[in-house]
Amino acid sequence: MSTTNGLIGKSVKRVEDKRFITGRGNYTDDIILPHQTYACFVRSPYGHAKIVSIDAEVAKKMPGVLAIFTGSDLADINGVPCGWQVNFKNGDTMKEPKHPLLALNKIRYAGEAVAIVIAESKAEAADAAQAVYVEYEELPAVVNAFKAVQPGASPVHEDIPNNICFDWALGNPLSEVNDTISKSAHVTTLEFVNQRLIPNAIEPRSYNSSYDAANDKYTLYTSSQNPHLIRLLLCAFVLGLPEHKVRVISPDVGGGFGSKIFHYTEEALLTWCTKKIGRPVKWTSERSESFLLDAHGRDHITKADMGFDTNGKITALRVKTYANLGAYLSTFSTCVPTYLHGTLLQGLYTTPKINVDITAVFTNTTPVDAYRGAGRPEATYLLERLIDLAALEMNADPAELRFKNFIPPFDGVNQPGYQTQVALQYDSGNYEGVLKKGLQMVDYENVRKEQKKALMNGKLLGIGFSTYIEACGIAPSAVAGALGCRAGLYEVGQVRVQPTGKISVFTGSHSHGQGHETTFAQVVADKLGISMNDVEIVHGDSDSVAFGMGTYGSRSIAVGGSAIVKSLEKIIEKGKKIAAHKLEVSSGDIEFSSGKFTVKGTDKSVAFGDVALTAYVPHVYPKDLEPGLDFSSFYDPANFTFPFGCHIAVVEVDKETGRVTLKRFVTVDDVGNVINPMIVEGQIHGGVVQGVGQALFEGAEYDENGQLTNGSYLDYCMPRADNFPMIETASQVTPCPHNPLGVKGAGEAGTIGSTPAVVNAVIDALWSGGHQVKDIRMPLTPERVWRAMQS
Amino acid sequence: MKIPISVTVNNVEFLHTVEPRLLLVDYLRDVLRLTGTHVGCDTSSCGACTVLLNGKATKSCTLLAVQADQANITTIEGLSKNEALHPLQEGFNECHGLQCGFCTPGMIMTAANLLHENPDPDEEEIRVALEGNFCRCTGYHNIVKSIQYAGNKIKKEVAV
Repeated sequence: MSTTNGLIGKSVKRVEDKRFITGRGNYTDDIILPHQTYACFVRSPYGHAKIVSIDAEVAKKMPGVLAIFTGSDLADINGVPCGWQVNFKNGDTMKEPKHPLLALNKIRYAGEAVAIVIAESKAEAADAAQAVYVEYEELPAVVNAFKAVQPGASPVHEDIPNNICFDWALGNPLSEVNDTISKSAHVTTLEFVNQRLIPNAIEPRSYNSSYDAANDKYTLYTSSQNPHLIRLLLCAFVLGLPEHKVRVISPDVGGGFGSKIFHYTEEALLTWCTKKIGRPVKWTSERSESFLLDAHGRDHITKADMGFDTNGKITALRVKTYANLGAYLSTFSTCVPTYLHGTLLQGLYTTPKINVDITAVFTNTTPVDAYRGAGRPEATYLLERLIDLAALEMNADPAELRFKNFIPPFDGVNQPGYQTQVALQYDSGNYEGVLKKGLQMVDYENVRKEQKKALMNGKLLGIGFSTYIEACGIAPSAVAGALGCRAGLYEVGQVRVQPTGKISVFTGSHSHGQGHETTFAQVVADKLGISMNDVEIVHGDSDSVAFGMGTYGSRSIAVGGSAIVKSLEKIIEKGKKIAAHKLEVSSGDIEFSSGKFTVKGTDKSVAFGDVALTAYVPHVYPKDLEPGLDFSSFYDPANFTFPFGCHIAVVEVDKETGRVTLKRFVTVDDVGNVINPMIVEGQIHGGVVQGVGQALFEGAEYDENGQLTNGSYLDYCMPRADNFPMIETASQVTPCPHNPLGVKGAGEAGTIGSTPAVVNAVIDALWSGGHQVKDIRMPLTPERVWRAMQS
Repeated sequence: MKIPISVTVNNVEFLHTVEPRLLLVDYLRDVLRLTGTHVGCDTSSCGACTVLLNGKATKSCTLLAVQADQANITTIEGLSKNEALHPLQEGFNECHGLQCGFCTPGMIMTAANLLHENPDPDEEEIRVALEGNFCRCTGYHNIVKSIQYAGNKIKKEVAV
């Protein structure tokens, strides 16, 4: 990829690190405002219940208590909206029940807020919350998406029949797919659960809202991945506030993984409360609240069939999924099982016929929404489990079976993009390349030999593959709009050249670990041929950054970075005109490189800094040009980007206990051009561990009453340092043909690719030992693996 | 009833009267305003609140402030001397041992305790030492490398 001073493509150490390693980060909970007050919530212990009565009289008189509000105080306030409308197959709009800021009359999931208590201190708020007496009448609950749609299931919302939010289908006609599958030489069928996960960013969500009456202005500090989107939803949909009178700031944010995209009820409620009491109100989630309230991820129940011909070519794929959306619709919940899952079921294969059918369901559980990968891990898991299982069933090699079915390489420039059966057109890809490289890295033949040797020594060794694709760089606004998105999905990048030639960049992307302050500065400094020290990246404040759509779906460099590049092009173009004036030539004769504007074919030049100064001190200046050197751009992508890769897991399974040990994990990821390899590798490491977490350790468990039974770190198994070997990473580069940096995005690849590789490896190990097990429900705990070996 | 305590934090002695139920981590964050020490859970599991208490890595959410009376505490803010980064801080930057930075102070304090007790830990020993510290961003890979970097640097400094 082109570079002027070697910064693009270099593993530059992160510039934001210093504040974090010295304890000078500034997270929302670190902020205490003058006259600060604190909120504590009264939350339902039941998953489904009527609220019979609320008695806050004692609590109101307790020390330090300033106010207590309940659902009836907010009956006229809107709920938090859903940002994506999906229609039923028959064209009816999805069911969209109000998601109130505080429950009114009825509780629909455990942890739902009944009252907010505001006091002088955290402890006083907590004391008073304990003293609010709520009488409930418990109702029968539904927690499982398949059971919730059966006749007689308890309704989560009285006016929504069968708890169905919508049904939806995509691809070739079902009759054609049925016909092809019934005529296939071999059909692999799998019924499985992609279990519910809890995101667990280590920083709990935190909000601090204040109102300045003298200036009629609100300020909300929020641990959000997208402050501008929160402002828009808060102002236009929930509270009806004038947008120019609301400032939303996302300061340092301690991880998001999707869970901090969404507009949560507490953000709006604290903002409503601050004006009522005339003082700033802060609330930080306890971890036990995070488990109950942060939007969960995944939770699909699926049956899928993959047909093959006698040569091992895939003939068709049929998918039926029940997607659990929880009790209410979170901001992007509806697009996850549909446009981020159904559309990815082509995978890397030439499957000629695909039909996917989704039923989206309300249950008495925490709302489900995008969690790292969002829909794409579910699609990858489905495809990669099926193809590995098919290889076992047909006694074929799983790598060979993939090579036989891969879409051939295409660069999207000389060869067109690949049109899938499920709406998307892939931009560029070389799928066999990543698997070939992965096989070399893992030394496949040798692993198979070791597997045989291990068996002779009474051990079970397994190798599992996953070759994935994802859709990132979300999203072309016109496409998103046609599919039901209620917002544009462009990004904004402003580049302000200061009079001294120093650069301030204002981006609508938000960094909460991704390292934008480094990567984006690399891009700017490289394109302008200046030092990174002369570039500052500003993000996360709606008063300094004009607008933005935020960070999710691995979109920051592909969409946010492209917006910055667009502004840089405008800066250089105007700079040429100023330079031409100074050098007394026409601007067509000026070229810009390495920080200098030069008259073509001569040694006459002016430095970038001189041009900047002239733009702001225009004493001698072209008549037809405005002073200043400051441009803002909106970038709306032409297509999604499609990163892909190959993940390979090698595991050992203890025959006596069923315990799985991850011996090796090999990745070859193709995320297009890479700005900072160190940061991309770090994203892959973290993603892999989250994906392996799903395979081996994590999973939310509800009992039939709607109680989350493992809602703490003592019960929910988080991946730990000693569960993992060093991860062996490599890359391949197939540039994105449709954005200026050729980048595809790297935030979710690790999570999307890794889960099925591990499960496939365990299944492979079991088959090698003669246990012909088709599936083990994730997470693959020792008990579940042991039981599978006994069956 | 409030109780008087005297604690030395990052070489400065503080005298305060505190509520008996005040956690040490809340004392550090809300009273002393040393916000580098973080709260990530309510079960003493995540380790984001780890500080050195009389030289030992301690989860400051498991202690009451009154229990720290007369103690000597080092937080992340007190680790670097005279603006020079501690080898662990340098290691985390060099090896990309952090992303969002929220678990980082706890990780560094736990690692400081490890390197004090075991100046030459192997990969396995480092991973086991980090069992009580969660990171959701890095997959631990580069945290292990950061601690190896710091261990090597400290050994070289001692050799010189």
